[in-house]
Amino acid sequence: MEQDIEIIVKLKEGLLNPEAKTIERSLNLLGYKNVSQFDTERVFLMKVDAPSAKEAEKYADEMCRRILVNPVIEDYTIMVK
Amino acid sequence: MIGVLQFPGSNCDLDVMRALVDVVKTDAKLIFFKDQDLSGLDGLVIPGGFSYGDHLRAGAIAAKMPVMEEVKAMAKEGKPVLGICNGFQILCDSGLLPGALAKNTSMKFICKWVELGVANDTSAFTNLYAKGETIRMSIAHGEGRYFCDDASLRELQDNDRIAFRYGGSNPNGSLDDIAGVVNREGNVLGLMPHPERASEEILGGEDGRKMFEAMIDYIKSR
Repeated sequence: MEQDIEIIVKLKEGLLNPEAKTIERSLNLLGYKNVSQFDTERVFLMKVDAPSAKEAEKYADEMCRRILVNPVIEDYTIMVK
Repeated sequence: MIGVLQFPGSNCDLDVMRALVDVVKTDAKLIFFKDQDLSGLDGLVIPGGFSYGDHLRAGAIAAKMPVMEEVKAMAKEGKPVLGICNGFQILCDSGLLPGALAKNTSMKFICKWVELGVANDTSAFTNLYAKGETIRMSIAHGEGRYFCDDASLRELQDNDRIAFRYGGSNPNGSLDDIAGVVNREGNVLGLMPHPERASEEILGGEDGRKMFEAMIDYIKSR
């Protein structure tokens, strides 16, 4: 059965995200002085053929640990939809 | 025989071949990543470039290719393995070296000559330099900000594993100004600067040549 998987990958807390900082500064410059703590993350979407949602999540977790995520600088969350 | 490992998107492979074959006059050959048999090699260079278009993360996809198991076996046997720029990113992502290379704090691709302080003069690649010496090489990267957790950083500092630090201003936001690190045994080096682009006077400098000469000496001494 095909399971829809969504994986969110983001830089570890405390690690400078220069892209987010640049966007936040430009929003402030455009007059949105009320914007702070702007952040960015990446979303990976896929379908995984697995007998259950739990099995699909297991595959997704394996993929994250094997290649999709670098644990030195990134954290991830898996959602089975 | 030294191998120069090519992945789709490697683009400093021929520069490294020139430095090895024409400049320091040693035997070297290009190895396509699908060949996988590295058993006849005495040493390996993973050159710079944009393997797999830097997709996912710089070096991430190349780092998981089956040939990397062969590279790990070479490293374990004590053979010298050098990762330059994208090669450094590949070595980190494959777990052969600790840490990771994140986006430069400036968000810009930086291509320029930099000063480097030699911090380790005992590894297979750095023993012809003197500790504290300042050398010049060029960098060319968008993701060169070295990062690792506090425990790993202490381990690197306490065991003399930081090979080079950026002198003057830190170009990319690297932790502790780190430009290159070695493994515990000193036979695996990864660095963001390009020694092959600093191996002949006509290129603007030749401080990188000693790195290849040290690699050859190390191979002869084994």
